[in-house]
Amino acid sequence: MDNIAGRKSGLSWAVNLSVVLLVALWLFPTVGLLVSSFRTADQISASGWWKALFPSEQVVQLRTGGAEAATQEGDLWVVEGNLLEDSDEGPEPGTEITRFGVSSKAVDAFTVGETTSFTKDTKTFTMDAAGNYRFTSTKELKKRGQRVFITATLPPEFTLANYDQVLLSGNSNDSMTKAFLNTLTVTIPATIIPIVIAAFAAYALAWMEFPGRALLIAAIVGLLVVPLQLALIPLLTLHGSLAELFASILGTTDPDAPRKLLATNSLGELFGFSAGDSVAAKGYLGVWLAHTGFGLPLAIYLLRNYMSGLPRDIIENAKVDGATDFQIFTKIILPLSFPALASFAIFQFLWTWNDLLVAKVFLIDSTGNTTVMTNQIVELLGTRGGNWEILATAAFVSISVPLLVFFAMQRYLVRGLLAGSVK
Amino acid sequence: MSPALLGLVTIVVGVGGCLGYFYFSNLFLDKVLFPARGPNAGRNINRANMVRPWLFLGPAIVALGLYLGYPVFETLRLSLTDRMQDDAFVGLANYQQMFAEPKFWEAMRNNMLWLIVVPAASTAFGLLAAQLTDRIKWGSIAKSLIFMPMAISFVGASVIFKLVYDARPAGNEQIGILNAVWMQFDGGLGSLLFLKVVPVLILAVFAALVAYIGWLLLRPIMPGSDNTIVKALRAVSGLISLWITVVALRNILDVIGMDFPYGQPQSWLTVPFYNNFFLMVVLIWIQTGFAMVILSAALRGIPEETVEAAIVDGANPFQIFFKIKVPQIMPTIVVVWTTITLVVLKVFDIVFAMTNGQWETQVLANYMYDKLFRANDWGVGSASAIIIMLLVSPILIWNVVQARKEMR
Repeated sequence: MDNIAGRKSGLSWAVNLSVVLLVALWLFPTVGLLVSSFRTADQISASGWWKALFPSEQVVQLRTGGAEAATQEGDLWVVEGNLLEDSDEGPEPGTEITRFGVSSKAVDAFTVGETTSFTKDTKTFTMDAAGNYRFTSTKELKKRGQRVFITATLPPEFTLANYDQVLLSGNSNDSMTKAFLNTLTVTIPATIIPIVIAAFAAYALAWMEFPGRALLIAAIVGLLVVPLQLALIPLLTLHGSLAELFASILGTTDPDAPRKLLATNSLGELFGFSAGDSVAAKGYLGVWLAHTGFGLPLAIYLLRNYMSGLPRDIIENAKVDGATDFQIFTKIILPLSFPALASFAIFQFLWTWNDLLVAKVFLIDSTGNTTVMTNQIVELLGTRGGNWEILATAAFVSISVPLLVFFAMQRYLVRGLLAGSVK
Repeated sequence: MSPALLGLVTIVVGVGGCLGYFYFSNLFLDKVLFPARGPNAGRNINRANMVRPWLFLGPAIVALGLYLGYPVFETLRLSLTDRMQDDAFVGLANYQQMFAEPKFWEAMRNNMLWLIVVPAASTAFGLLAAQLTDRIKWGSIAKSLIFMPMAISFVGASVIFKLVYDARPAGNEQIGILNAVWMQFDGGLGSLLFLKVVPVLILAVFAALVAYIGWLLLRPIMPGSDNTIVKALRAVSGLISLWITVVALRNILDVIGMDFPYGQPQSWLTVPFYNNFFLMVVLIWIQTGFAMVILSAALRGIPEETVEAAIVDGANPFQIFFKIKVPQIMPTIVVVWTTITLVVLKVFDIVFAMTNGQWETQVLANYMYDKLFRANDWGVGSASAIIIMLLVSPILIWNVVQARKEMR
């Protein structure tokens, strides 16, 4: 637009630079989390994640051989060897060492080639840049070798151990596997059911004439913004009374604890209940229903807007040919509305996957068996607030699925956003 | 039953049940109740067509009524009763109790701050990003990267930013980027430039902008136009913006006079008042992408002739942007602004996960959660939910009025 009338914008480089800056600023925090999830706890606390991407000068603690490696030369016990080759940990053999030290108070006191004597001059140590060392002592050596700190420039190093810990270890505190499956269990029905209900309602609102239609549409627009916070307590009580109702259907209940079964009838047994069980007010069914209710206004609004934009001719032709409303809906409207259905499906999926409040109120009970990932992460923030390797990995596991969906179906998401807010 | 199996059964039963309901109720209507044959065929078809919309709408109306309509009234009732006294009607006692709590006013003050800062910053950044990315070749990639945080949960974003704000004791290597940057400042010339001059300039520009908007709002009132409601609205919002200007100017003085603790790592989330802004950054980071996507579409919808005409008349890029483009997308800006305002009013997860309302960062939604589920005080909890509803209702009414206008 700015090249009109033969003008070339002189600001072009400035624009490019600003966008680079803006994108970097927006990407930076997420990259930090991603990088941290591939580092060990030591690496994370030793240096900022931004330094992990480049070769950096690091101090590593290693040990010389101990008593069994020592040979006696006159009065001296001597250990010789190569620090880098002898140990499994630490830098690869061939790394160039620049400085070393033997005390944690001065980890880089000496340049390679120098000789240091310590512990009241009873011990000496020297090493070269390749890690070949000579350690002598006037006394017999202990079983463990001498601590040595080496300074060397090391290439970036990453590990998958955190993902192993979070996904496969089965450690009940850190494990995200269960939470992942629970989240999936919440999300899929909570995405599909509102679509079905909303699609029919949207069709009625878009293409059927009946008194009160305008009023209903206005009501839906109003309900779009009702904060779901209002619904928490009333619905929790409602779910409680429903649980009581079910309990009374499934068997005899305790009058003081109306959700608890004193005895079951055949229906209760069919559903796998036994005496002493209680029918919980919190559970998957509740959270599915809640997500359905909270997602419906947007679903109906989006779908109605889209459906009312479909060409009138097609629908009227079908009517003339004798199609019923039900046929028109399933055979014509539904396939044509696919983009709008996809948009809403993505919205609802992201919303239910990322939700914390609804799950906390309607699903997660005191046993914690039904925890979802967002809740698990909040708990990790409390119990392992300083363990960034676990936190970062857990968080990344939880955001990876929405990110995948986002990048795969961005087109539909944008379309849905535009339909939902620009009139 | 394993949850996964239960989920599968629910999908099948739920979806199958819905489809079955729609199919069989239609069948019942057409074949049994009002069959389209016999002597009354015509009348029956008409009657069937009168009933059918309600069949289609039925499940939705029940679900909406039960899950959104009924709770509004029930919460209102709960806010006027006391659970400890067998749900006795206590009038406004819960509200009185709530208004007497300093924590509530802290939440109100913070929510007002959020309401001003987050929509303004997100819209401004979104507009900037939209305008800039529309003009370059790799714009769509840039857009999708800025848009990406939309997919990240508030909780995930909280973890991401906790890492950014992380603080280690002085002398240790800082692993939070903000503290790593902060430790670079030592009180020298660079610090003076970045921590005094730049913030003062930003605040001054902000104050000037808000003052200008306030002036634009207030000016037409002077001679006395005819519409009193518009006039009152203008007066109120004009005065608010003038007040914000004064606050901004006062902050300039604060910044100039402030002694920064150079060389000491800061735990950013525990610095009273300013920690609110560190929390807001998280939401701004998420919402900017949303604003950008919508505003970018609006910018593309501007008729090119208007821009061409401006160029021919010799307007510079800034004039084109502020005087030609922005006025034309004003309705969209309002929509974006109100949408983000709604998100802000309900913000819960970020505060819950990052500070849980400690260090003076409480907001209404988290205050309500505290009251409902920690203090088990349903009366006050419901009262604060009603406050959120009241704050939302102007937008609700505005949206309904707009929708009705469109229908005509």
